[in-house]
Amino acid sequence: MKKLILVIFYIFILNNSSFALVEVDITRGNLDPLPIAISPLYVEPGSQEIKQDDKVIKNIGEEISKVIEVNLRRSGLFNPLKKDSFVQNPDIAHVKPRFEDWRLIKAQALVTGKVSIMDEKLRTEFRLWYTVAAKEMVALAFSTTSSNWRRVAHIISDKIYQRLTGEEGYFDTRIIYVSETGEKTQRYKKLAIMDQDGANVKYLTLGNELVLTPRFSPTNQLVTYLSYFRNLPRVYLLDIETGVQEVVGDFPGMTFAPRFSPDGKKIIMSFAQDGNSDIYTMNMDTRVVERITDHTSIDTSPSYSPDGKYICFNSDRSGLQQIYVMRSDGSNVKRITFGKGLYGTPVWSPRGDLIAFTKVHKGKFYIGVMRADGSGERLLTENFYQEAPSWSPNGRVLIFYRETKTDSEGKGFSAKLWSIDLTGYNERLIETETDGSDPSWSSLLSK
Amino acid sequence: MNFAAIFKRFLVVILAGLALTACATQKKSTGQMQGDVYTGSDTVEYLATGVKDRVFFATNKSTLTTASRDTLRKQAAWMRAKGKSLSFTIEGHADERGTREYNLALGERRANAVKDYLMTYGISGSRLSVISYGKERPVNSGSNPLAWSQNRRSVTVKAN
Repeated sequence: MKKLILVIFYIFILNNSSFALVEVDITRGNLDPLPIAISPLYVEPGSQEIKQDDKVIKNIGEEISKVIEVNLRRSGLFNPLKKDSFVQNPDIAHVKPRFEDWRLIKAQALVTGKVSIMDEKLRTEFRLWYTVAAKEMVALAFSTTSSNWRRVAHIISDKIYQRLTGEEGYFDTRIIYVSETGEKTQRYKKLAIMDQDGANVKYLTLGNELVLTPRFSPTNQLVTYLSYFRNLPRVYLLDIETGVQEVVGDFPGMTFAPRFSPDGKKIIMSFAQDGNSDIYTMNMDTRVVERITDHTSIDTSPSYSPDGKYICFNSDRSGLQQIYVMRSDGSNVKRITFGKGLYGTPVWSPRGDLIAFTKVHKGKFYIGVMRADGSGERLLTENFYQEAPSWSPNGRVLIFYRETKTDSEGKGFSAKLWSIDLTGYNERLIETETDGSDPSWSSLLSK
Repeated sequence: MNFAAIFKRFLVVILAGLALTACATQKKSTGQMQGDVYTGSDTVEYLATGVKDRVFFATNKSTLTTASRDTLRKQAAWMRAKGKSLSFTIEGHADERGTREYNLALGERRANAVKDYLMTYGISGSRLSVISYGKERPVNSGSNPLAWSQNRRSVTVKAN
């Protein structure tokens, strides 16, 4: 009986969807991810081998398809099917899929491709097929240096995501974060950068001084962060391509909580003096410093709206930590959080409509989102300690960090990176070599 | 020594332990905390005999308690006696129950509350520098109210 209902339902979808192409709805929690078959990319005979970490990659086509598979699965929107159920060879599937075979294993979409490697150049071709309507949806080819093969996989993942959800992807991106080791009372912290899926980790500082809160510029190659170099906590600017770093401005006290303006020209941050923290900006071209807030309370964690016209920030001017919004010149300050508890770390969505935040209430920490006027608060996740959300460039996913409690002997502490969908579903640990905190998501690298 | 005596001794130790943990979770304890301000001396070090190096704060607060002011007056007297060549760094700290950036600001505010008080007792501001570590350098790694109360602190250290 159950089987019969399923079959009927399936036919119903079939008939329906022959009119409209397959679409994945990402606006609500997706409990029924789209079944997709990712055929290993066919490697053309005579292709050179790719070496990585002194190891030869045996089948680059398979490796690329694995990266795509992991990306799509982790998005929570897709269900990549097991490859052992595939009946068509990659090379033939890429030319002319036998759609009935793919439909039989319930694949609604199919990814095929082929690669060739000549003179360290990787040429990739891929196609996305809609099996139900027996149609090609996307076909693309590109060339790059062969060491970039993971990025090829990420770019293909983004194209698939974009075609099937109607929104830009976020796979060809990087995360900068703080790598943590050592005892809780004496943590060693280094800046680290990795691909969005955790691959290609690089450490950017040695751990000699405390570093905190790195944030990407919209141009991706600049990072601003807080360093305790020579025991003087100051905001720094680091070029991750050249490794050149400089202190931002010439402030006679601690500067912290830095972020870039959406055009990448300014750094906005807090400057603490005589027990009072206010918000300042510095234009990196003209070196002009501007004071944005002037209040006896703590004003910190500023974040621009994507159009640059507004700033949300954290202040305790009402007595306790709350979130405020003002014009970018500091005028028209309005408190937007009135719920129970404390609010911190506001960060404006790249889409402009939402602000993500950390909420502390009755000894629990929440990551949540609300509209820019403070209405429509939604708490996505609750835990013992978590904070510092950062948006994926398409504004669909938040990355943050979570710390665990220590037991009565002071053991069991950890700090890990996690991500969660805007819907509150699909919470995932992002595995890192060491403990991690303060993640910041880059823009799309290929744009 | 017979087994009964050993058992009795163990029991006393266990009971004492239980009493301590009970204190830690209670809001108004006479032992180690008043409200949520730490009043014990487990983590305290001394700049000189009778001169404590640190003061403790209530959650999210930078107000100096009566006990803190007493400690700081002793620090000031000792600093005056030591002469102008000695300078100090005042480290402000927060517990792990706040967001990192706010805690950095809070640590700075706490350290400055201490600096201001020392200055009213005749210590030149040029001898006192402040640094905030926010929640980065807890002294007690525990995740319980007693540990947090020990971590909400400002510590005066010799800078030269």
